[in-house]
Amino acid sequence: MKNLSMTRAAERPSVWSDRVARGLITASAMVAIVSLVLIFIFIGKEALPIFTSAEIQEEASIGKLFLPQSAGEGAAAEYTWQPVSELPKYSLLPLLVGTLKVTVIASLIAVPLAVLAALYTAEFAPVWVRETVKPAIELLAGIPSVVVGFFCLMVLADWLQGVFGWAFRLNAVTAGIGLSLAVIPIVYTVCEDAFSSVPQAYRDGSVAMGASSWQTASRVVLPAAMPGVLAACVLGFGRAIGETMIVLMASGNAAILSLLPTDSIRTFSATIAAELGEVVVGSAHYHVLFFIGAFLFVITFTINLFGHWWVGRLQKKLQGAS
Amino acid sequence: MTMESIIETRSLNLWYSRFHALIDVSLRIPPRAITAIIGPSGCGKSTLLRVLNRMNERIPGVRVEGDVVLEGGSIYNGRIDLRQLRKRVGMVFQRPNPFPLSVFENVAYGPKIHALASGEELERRVERSLRATGLWDTLKDRLGVSALSLSPEQQQRICISRLLAVEPDVLLMDEPASALDPSATARIEELMMELKERYTIIIVTHNMQQAARISDRTAFMLLGELVEVGETQTVFTKPVDPKTEQYISGRFG
Repeated sequence: MKNLSMTRAAERPSVWSDRVARGLITASAMVAIVSLVLIFIFIGKEALPIFTSAEIQEEASIGKLFLPQSAGEGAAAEYTWQPVSELPKYSLLPLLVGTLKVTVIASLIAVPLAVLAALYTAEFAPVWVRETVKPAIELLAGIPSVVVGFFCLMVLADWLQGVFGWAFRLNAVTAGIGLSLAVIPIVYTVCEDAFSSVPQAYRDGSVAMGASSWQTASRVVLPAAMPGVLAACVLGFGRAIGETMIVLMASGNAAILSLLPTDSIRTFSATIAAELGEVVVGSAHYHVLFFIGAFLFVITFTINLFGHWWVGRLQKKLQGAS
Repeated sequence: MTMESIIETRSLNLWYSRFHALIDVSLRIPPRAITAIIGPSGCGKSTLLRVLNRMNERIPGVRVEGDVVLEGGSIYNGRIDLRQLRKRVGMVFQRPNPFPLSVFENVAYGPKIHALASGEELERRVERSLRATGLWDTLKDRLGVSALSLSPEQQQRICISRLLAVEPDVLLMDEPASALDPSATARIEELMMELKERYTIIIVTHNMQQAARISDRTAFMLLGELVEVGETQTVFTKPVDPKTEQYISGRFG
């Protein structure tokens, strides 16, 4: 009896502290989820009038956002983003094309660079190089994007124009290069982890068969780490499409509908950043900006979901769990 | 002793930094036979095996003196292509380590990296290698599945198949059945008996019964030294060295 009560007394505080700890951990997890939901609800609510309010739809219906609009009798139908003109025009297409252009350019630069850099540090570099390069690239993630943007605006843009003689100083390529600086560390870090966690036994097996380091890296390590590499690309793409400051500063911010990479562009994120501060609350323009936010949210969410599904499928294929 | 040998070590010494792991080992391995290397843990038997395809060099701080001769040519002195050496001297590991690729890609790996075959010739090679390990009939319709989805025994057979696909001379096996259950072990042993008709096999094993069952010759190692080597039957029934007798009768190890 005495024994029993003693053990109980000893256990009680640990159970109590257990509960508190569990509660705190659960609460912090919930904070993230709740904020996500609240943000989505708020943005969704402000975007909703595009679908529901006849008054707003007069100016900015879904059709007006995505289909070509004629500016008046006899004028050709066009895609134009001119929210503050006499007759406001809210075509999202120039913004969508601009966003995709710069995101694709940034990804095309960042993904191969980051994946190869990670492969190099994980598979080929001597220890001291690895210990230098890895923190250096990760430090790149710590540079404020406004600094990167400033650098692109003041230095890179001049230099690129000087070399290539482009018509516009600030364009999708300039912004894309700047943006890639923000994407590289993310893709690199996740890829490096993926390569490093490939079991040594695979490398031993490959080398023992007479494979060179490059053959081992490209034919065994890379396929084995493919789910991680893919996850890295999805993360990088998400960062690229949502990044604001760099594109705001280096893209030229001209809503031109063009596929040419050397034309200036205006992205979704930069449009929100530039216009939301001065818009009349409750106006069509205001709701369109929120619609853009919701649209961006949906795009990244869809890409993440698709990426998640694809990563899972790849993993299954590698592990062979049918 | 004028025994024919395909691979032999000559006064081989090996250090891991300061630790003297192999001491003056001279061992001759006859072709198309199974040679077992036995001895207690840490006696250097795996190290000796890894000297033969120079896999030890992947560990920093390793130093080797003496020589290993493969079919008359030194693999340590002079110019030797490591990739070519490892193609001729293949290795099976303790834990099955098929690549996370399909069955076909695993077996096709060697021929591909050594540019030995492609197209139909590659397919024939893969089939031949899988037949040699008894996997073809079970897997011929599932060549596209991941090798990691197979049982441990099948995975080990895949690892052997992928070596056979480059037609090696010597197969090094580092406790190839230690991760397998007894019936799978028995079947892998059977496979080794079949393979020795065409290949030279050197197996490191903890399991003395296994050495006695399958090997033609047995080498006993202790503390980095080769204590005794000879016909398996002789080593197990009339060992010359008292230390060998003590070990096989289970007095230490």
